[in-house]
Amino acid sequence: MEQISYILQQVVNGIQLGAVYALIALGYTMVYGVLRLINFAHGDVFMLGAFVAYFLISKFGLPVYLVFILTMVSCALVGYVIEKVAYKPLRDAPKISLLITAVGVSLFLEYFLSLKALFTPNYIPFPKPFEIETYDLSFFVITNVQLLIFIITFISLFILYLLIYKTRYGIAMRAVSYDKETASLMGVGIDGIISFTFIIGASLAGVGGILYGIAYPQINVFMGIMPGIKSFIAAVLGGIGIIHGAVVGGLIIGLCEVFVSAFLSSTFRDGVIFIILFAVLLFRPMGIFGKRIEKV
Amino acid sequence: MNKIKNNTFLLEIDNITVKYSSITALKDLSLYIKKGEMLSVIGANGAGKTTLLKTIAGALKPVKGDIRFEGFSIKQLRPDKIVKHGIVMVPEGRKIFPDLTVKENLELGGYTIKDRVLKKELFELVLKTFPRLKDRLKQHGGTLSGGEQQMLAMGRALMGNPRLLLLDEPSMGLSPIFTREIFSLIELIRKEKSISIIIVEQNAHMALEHSQRTYVLENGQITMEGLSSELKNNPKVIDAYLGV
Repeated sequence: MEQISYILQQVVNGIQLGAVYALIALGYTMVYGVLRLINFAHGDVFMLGAFVAYFLISKFGLPVYLVFILTMVSCALVGYVIEKVAYKPLRDAPKISLLITAVGVSLFLEYFLSLKALFTPNYIPFPKPFEIETYDLSFFVITNVQLLIFIITFISLFILYLLIYKTRYGIAMRAVSYDKETASLMGVGIDGIISFTFIIGASLAGVGGILYGIAYPQINVFMGIMPGIKSFIAAVLGGIGIIHGAVVGGLIIGLCEVFVSAFLSSTFRDGVIFIILFAVLLFRPMGIFGKRIEKV
Repeated sequence: MNKIKNNTFLLEIDNITVKYSSITALKDLSLYIKKGEMLSVIGANGAGKTTLLKTIAGALKPVKGDIRFEGFSIKQLRPDKIVKHGIVMVPEGRKIFPDLTVKENLELGGYTIKDRVLKKELFELVLKTFPRLKDRLKQHGGTLSGGEQQMLAMGRALMGNPRLLLLDEPSMGLSPIFTREIFSLIELIRKEKSISIIIVEQNAHMALEHSQRTYVLENGQITMEGLSSELKNNPKVIDAYLGV
């Protein structure tokens, strides 16, 4: 009985972490869809989200809903600018130039923002936006932070679903992911759709950043690196470019990480995630939901 | 050319040269189409037919010359802006989006249409013209047969409310029965909706049969032009393209 309760508790914790990974992984996978680019700066947008929320809560004492809205808008803006400044000029350049630029943008954000006058390289305690309460559901306990993460993630995914499947921009985004030239011949402005994709991806990373800050209240300019890599692995696991794949991949990675910490040792936590990456690349490189690539 | 004559042309291509890096695909090519006309361009594989249509649609840019649509130069415009001006292309091999439903494919075709009433009218019109699509709206584009995909591709283009339709090899890979059906639908579109059409075809027989005028394209240059009814009986054309 106690064992089952312990496992259930880990499932709740795993979904909590996995939800954040899913939110970040969506940005990787959508951007990959339209640009065939692994946007390495994406983890840093997640970090930025946590910092914007930190300033909004600690300096301005804004209510939680406003923190979410303003953080999403800021991250969307940053995502938009990153694409326009760094990636758009390289539209016709070889893919490797784009990839190197993405690494450059990532390093720039991390080291520029770690200046003393800005975020500093230190760990900063993330302020509590509300008092943490714990509810005992007899089999496991759940906190209001976890509930918030579940609800916000669910709402975000629902809005994303509507955007992608029910609006003309969403249809255009899926078309651009499949075939840019034909989409443009149908009247779709490719640059606009790419911007749209970055805006959506960055807003979701911003949401992830706030939730992560609330759940693990220590933030730092380099905090985006590991969650970024793990979310990228989640996107690969689900099948890069596939939207529901990113969500499922994120949840699996989150659950694995928590279970390894709980049943093996937290030292192996990150290692196991990389083993998953190796296994996926070796045995199913197209990911869980990917279609088998035809051998030439 | 004199000005008065220019005004009667819907599209006028003036001495364009198009290159793929260093390879010249079209050289000093000129062509015009009148309103309500169906024009065909025939030629062998690699003659530059697709290049010509892609250049009109804005996916390729000429290094020299000019393209005018209703008197305005469109050669610098991006493909999506050209669609807004009323030129829509049905690409070679249909290029249906296989993971989008038939309905979504059609909605994408109407991407530039902001007016909801017009969009709905166009949608009704497409379903009336291609009734086969009606039962398949929820199906994914990739599940359709070749002929149905060609209908979807044409329907998708009509959703953009074109005044000039560019058709790239509509008969490719279709059975003779489907080819005939597609061509009669093309005729219908031209007559009833007064949409002008440029069609490039390897199936020279069908192209000459259904068009008013024809250009013959060889190695990126126009080598013959004239009324389709006359070219059809031209010994050179018969020899090279109609194959007895």
